[in-house]
Amino acid sequence: MSKMSVTLAGVELKNPVMTASGTFGSGMEYSEFVDLNKLGAVVTKGVANVPWPGNPTPRVVETSSGMLNAIGLQNPGIDVFCERDMPFLQQFDTKIIVNVCGKSTEDYCQVVERLADEKADLLEINVSCPNVKEGGIAFGQDPKALEAITKEVKKYAKQPIIMKLSPNVTDITEMAKAAEAGGADVLSLINTLTGMKIDINRRTFALANKTGGMSGPAVKPIAVRMVYQAANAVSLPIIGMGGIATWEDAMEFIMAGATAVSVGTANFFNPCATDEVVKGIEGFLEKNQIGDIRELIGVVK
Amino acid sequence: MSEKAKEKVKIVSQECIGKDIYSMWLQTDRIAKSARPGQFLSLYTRDGSKLLPRPISICEIDKEKDRIRLVYRVTGPNTGTEGFSKLHANVSIEVLGPLGNGFPLEEARGKKVFLIGGGIGIPPMLETAKQLDAEKKIILGYRDELFLKAEFESYGEVYTATEDGSAGTKGNVMDSIRKNGLEADVVFACGPAPMLRAVKAYALEKKIPCWISMEERMACGIGACLACVCKSKEVDSHSHVNNKRVCKDGPVFLSTEVEL
Repeated sequence: MSKMSVTLAGVELKNPVMTASGTFGSGMEYSEFVDLNKLGAVVTKGVANVPWPGNPTPRVVETSSGMLNAIGLQNPGIDVFCERDMPFLQQFDTKIIVNVCGKSTEDYCQVVERLADEKADLLEINVSCPNVKEGGIAFGQDPKALEAITKEVKKYAKQPIIMKLSPNVTDITEMAKAAEAGGADVLSLINTLTGMKIDINRRTFALANKTGGMSGPAVKPIAVRMVYQAANAVSLPIIGMGGIATWEDAMEFIMAGATAVSVGTANFFNPCATDEVVKGIEGFLEKNQIGDIRELIGVVK
Repeated sequence: MSEKAKEKVKIVSQECIGKDIYSMWLQTDRIAKSARPGQFLSLYTRDGSKLLPRPISICEIDKEKDRIRLVYRVTGPNTGTEGFSKLHANVSIEVLGPLGNGFPLEEARGKKVFLIGGGIGIPPMLETAKQLDAEKKIILGYRDELFLKAEFESYGEVYTATEDGSAGTKGNVMDSIRKNGLEADVVFACGPAPMLRAVKAYALEKKIPCWISMEERMACGIGACLACVCKSKEVDSHSHVNNKRVCKDGPVFLSTEVEL
């Protein structure tokens, strides 16, 4: 293993940097700016068993050092995904993590089963999207429901399962433990925080969906705190995310206990952000003469 | 497909050409070389608290000097566009572009064409007018104060409409077309949604093809995040739902393809 590589549930990543689901499509658009071969993994936008049209517009609005989105998990459905997006991603020397969404337990299991014979390395189960009425967060805010759906999904999964946790809970450790009890292989956090913005001139909500998921640098301290708490509550590896824009941000998450990190909203204001984070971490290891990044995971106690 | 690039570009000039309307020339590295009329640039603010790039349509392209002109509206105090308006020549800003598809000039070449611009939808029609070899009738709709009008006059017959009647026809661009008895085989238009709706209805009534440039709140600007979608009449071949991406599949659409 090189000094930058990390392992998630037996899957070796060349470096700990990946994309956050929903901010990078399936990599096609960003491949014009970033060499996907340089990334530890590409995490796809959520895919469901059938195409989803998503929410009405406006779907995004800027907030101070952050943004709200309510895309509503628009996706072309698993069949198109497997025919078009999987072959695209397989051209690159990077790991493929498919984000799975659904409205019911059956929906999730159907997609997971369909992916069993695909060359996806890990599956991330999105039980924490705040922008869809059914499914999504309904599973991610109740520890019993989270444990149950994790168990069900595991029955159908050939690949290791990442449960993506919502920060919209009172106690993140309770959710992390529930996912672990259900048999999750990896946890990822945080998904977006539910927020709202009012357009005072139009006297209405800035987003058609009224509420949206908040992301961007403004949420980073919350995310670091939750990653730290989760890492100290369970023995599963954690993918940390929430406001990472620079390598320094990424190192905070790693030192808080994340084995890998995802760059999300930063892709929107710097399409080369993922690549820059990889290079920055490499430089940090070099400068501090650290031979293995794994020495730094959870080093802050 | 034109080649997209993220570049740090130098501002060549910055000028206020109307109330809250600014004209800025940018010295690009290669963006101008591949840019087409109707495309846009995403401009990054220099203020870390304003994350998202601001999509601004291309007003003019100078391929020889590798420059792009943007004419944009300052949307209010403490906005990203206000920040841009305060930047002087020689200051550098980061931009991404050229983005989007642009107007299909080949569909209008040699024909009688309406180039319709409304408000801050007027600027992209200037480069379109410059590059399009056709019999051009240019109809510009303003609230009150005119801008860019004189620059259009070298490229075709210019008609104006103002909401307050201070110049040209009192009313909107459709009032101007009707009052002047104008006719065309093809329409290219950019402007606010109500104007585009009226233009679309007019083209349907006259049974002529009409391309409209749409606007929607964007995040990534390159087709990945699916924020800036518009409703499409048919299931889209990329999204597999009735949605098209304004930033990537547009911003210019055949009016009958999209719902307004």
